[in-house]
Amino acid sequence: MSTATEVHDAHAEHGDDHGEHVHPDSHYVKVAIILAILTALETSTYWIDFGPLFMPLLLTLMVIKFVLVVLVFMHLKDDGKWFNMAFWTGVGLAVACYCAALATFKFFA
Amino acid sequence: MADIAVHAPADHGHDDHGHDDHGGGHGHHTSLGLSNNKLAMWLFLGSECLLFGGLISTYMLYRGRVAEGPTPDQVYDIPFTSVSSFVLLMSSLTMVFAVTAAKRRDQRNTRLWLIVTAILGALFVGGQVYEFTGFYREGLGFTTSLFSSSLFTLTGFHGVHVTVGIIMLMALQSIMTRNRVVGDTAEVVELVGLYWHFVDIVWIIIFTLVYLIPA
Repeated sequence: MSTATEVHDAHAEHGDDHGEHVHPDSHYVKVAIILAILTALETSTYWIDFGPLFMPLLLTLMVIKFVLVVLVFMHLKDDGKWFNMAFWTGVGLAVACYCAALATFKFFA
Repeated sequence: MADIAVHAPADHGHDDHGHDDHGGGHGHHTSLGLSNNKLAMWLFLGSECLLFGGLISTYMLYRGRVAEGPTPDQVYDIPFTSVSSFVLLMSSLTMVFAVTAAKRRDQRNTRLWLIVTAILGALFVGGQVYEFTGFYREGLGFTTSLFSSSLFTLTGFHGVHVTVGIIMLMALQSIMTRNRVVGDTAEVVELVGLYWHFVDIVWIIIFTLVYLIPA
C-alpha cells in the first residue's frame, strides 16, 4: 500500500491524473530550441568544412537529436522499463542486424 | 492540484471519465501494471526500426550506383530539405503540446494542437512531393538507377508514414469533436503522439545519412 500511496503522491505533485509525468510546456520548448540549434549545426556542415570532424560530428548530432526526441518528447525517460525494453531492443536489433549486413558487403571497408 | 483525484497505474481497472469510457483504454492493463495499448505501440515502433533499418541500409549500399542518371549531389537541395526537416521537428513540439493538453483534460487546446501538427505534417509532405517532382525534372525516375530506386523507396515509405500520421491526427481530432473517443482520451492522444514522434526520429536519421553525408 505504501508503494501505491507514494505513486499517488508523486503524481499529485506533477498535477497528473493519468498516472504519468507531465512537464510544463516551457520544458518542451527548451528541448525544441536545442533540437533546432543542433539541426542548424548539422546543416552548416553543408557550407562549412569541418575536415576530419565532419563525419563524427554529423553522427553525434544525429544520435543526440534521436535520443532527445525519444527520451523527452516520447516520454521514454519517465516511462516503464518494459516500454524502454520494447523500443531499445528494436533499435539495437536494427543497428546490429544491418551493420552486420553492411559489413558482409564490405560497406565499411 | 491535491484536490484532483489521482490513481496509481494499478488502480486503472475502470475509467472515471464517464463519457469516453467504452470498455477500452485504461481497463486493459497487463499483470505488469502497464497499458496493453501503449505496450503494443512501443513494440510496433520497435519493429518499425527494423523496417526502416533495412531501407536505410539498402540506400547506403546503393547510393553510389547511379548508372547514367544524376548523382545525389546533383539533385539534392540541402537548404530546402533543411527547412522541411525543421518543420517536421517543430511538429513534434506541437504534438507534445497536444499530449500535455490532453493530460490536463483541456479538449479545446488538444484539438487545436492536433490540427497545427497535422498542418505542419502536410507542409512536410507537400515539400517532399515538390522535391520528388524536382528529382524527376532532373532526370531521376524510380527506375533510373539503383540509387534512385532505393532513395524513392526509403523517402517514399517515410512520406507514407507521415501521411498516415496526418490521417490519424485528423481522425482523432474529428472523433474528439464528436466526443466519441473509445477509452481514455489522454492515452489515445499519447499513442498517436508516439507514432508521430517516431516518424520524426526516422527523418532525423534519413536527413543525416541520406542528405548530409555525401555518397
